[in-house]
Amino acid sequence: MTIDRRRFLATAAGMAVAGPTLAAPGGGPAGLPAGALESAAWDTLPGKQPLIKRSWRPPNFETPTRYFGEAFTPNDAFFVRYHLSNIPQVDAAGWAVEIGGDAAEKAIRFTLDQLKSDFEAVEIAALCQCSGNRRGLSDPHVPGVQWGYGAMGNARWKGVRLKDVLAKAGIKAGALEVAFDGADGGLTEKTPDFVKSIPLWKALDEHTLIAWEMNGEPLPHWNGYPARIVVPGWTATYWMKHLTSIAILSQPFKGFWMTPAYRIPKGRFPVVDRFLSQETDANTPITEMVVNSLVTNLREGMTYKANSPLFVRGIAWDGGYGISRVEVSRDGGKLWELAELGADLGRFSWRQWSFAFVPKPGDYVVMAKATNRIGATQTFDLVFNPAGYHNNVVQRIPIVCA
Amino acid sequence: MRHLLIPILLIAGVARAGEDAIELKEAPGRALVEANCVACHSLDYIQMNSPFLDRKGWEASVNKMIKVMGAPVKEEDAKAIVDYLHAAYGK
Repeated sequence: MTIDRRRFLATAAGMAVAGPTLAAPGGGPAGLPAGALESAAWDTLPGKQPLIKRSWRPPNFETPTRYFGEAFTPNDAFFVRYHLSNIPQVDAAGWAVEIGGDAAEKAIRFTLDQLKSDFEAVEIAALCQCSGNRRGLSDPHVPGVQWGYGAMGNARWKGVRLKDVLAKAGIKAGALEVAFDGADGGLTEKTPDFVKSIPLWKALDEHTLIAWEMNGEPLPHWNGYPARIVVPGWTATYWMKHLTSIAILSQPFKGFWMTPAYRIPKGRFPVVDRFLSQETDANTPITEMVVNSLVTNLREGMTYKANSPLFVRGIAWDGGYGISRVEVSRDGGKLWELAELGADLGRFSWRQWSFAFVPKPGDYVVMAKATNRIGATQTFDLVFNPAGYHNNVVQRIPIVCA
Repeated sequence: MRHLLIPILLIAGVARAGEDAIELKEAPGRALVEANCVACHSLDYIQMNSPFLDRKGWEASVNKMIKVMGAPVKEEDAKAIVDYLHAAYGK
């Protein structure tokens, strides 16, 4: 019966059910649950490179770390994250975004051509990172997609300012939040539709966009074609894909995906942006990304050449204040030295960095720690929370030089 | 607020080749788990979230699927599903 059901779904989808299933990625970051390591696989979604499959349906696919050596993540290697399995192929020619809500002066809609012709287009470099990136490394483990390091990507997003579009609808006094809906949904009527809201002030931020282009090309289907919301600095849960409607609201939006989902305990993380209309005594919606970094070129347990320069390369990012410094340790955290920062691609982009030293033969533990312009830095001990968000624990990478 | 005036080709629950190859561990209740859970998501969600949930943890997950996500699971089946998940994929 199960197999029949699956075949039915495949047939209903009209999809070819052929295609290579490569061997599991092997290893993955140490610290993921054993079942996550075993069930991971390489798979190629249409239009994508082989990525690390975490779940087939809905599709959750992680970008291999090796792509993070590039300033911008290629569209065909960009991670894929869906909550719900009903994912339509949206036809851009017939697409329009509806603007309305009880705090809009009037309802109005724009086609893609209208967005492109009626508004000033802007482009911004910004990191898109899933709230649950690194959830698989939580100790103790928590349920959810067991991501390693790759539920993120850096891209140049082109579109129009959300505030310009909202102004055409008109914003009533008393407007509080702006909610987004996308074309994807659940397979049963009772499944809560994926709808997200942001505070009005964030919707009016000049960096918040309705974007149709990513790295100079139309958005890939799996990343929100034909248009998505881009909220630079904030985690990707708010970056609604396959955007269909925008509602200007006078009351807090109460859907499941706002509460109780995507919540962090209050006062535990050093974040500045607050979403006051959604706060409770116990928790608050996740907002900006915390300061973080990733070593992109060294692999745990590998042997590197002694007596010649060893480069430690990586990236660092935060919620949009900008990275001020990255420090590297090669002795497990006793001595810290400044890494050299790469080009500043904008405060919402990640920042590349590198550090070189000439190792003598022996064992090393390489660590990297980023600090941003408002003095926030990474943690050495996990700030445990039940959904596994905001994991910015400093990495420890044991290597051998010989 | 879904699917407003947009001509779309619905791909009901995109099933990929790899999904068909998933083999859950043999234990009482496996067929029930497969028949119920696969309606909305691939079964690798179960494998991926193992083996760290205790009985209470799997119970919470199954309850969430029924009460929040609207999974049409019969009440008498819910316990058998939890039993299987705890036995085969619990800690």
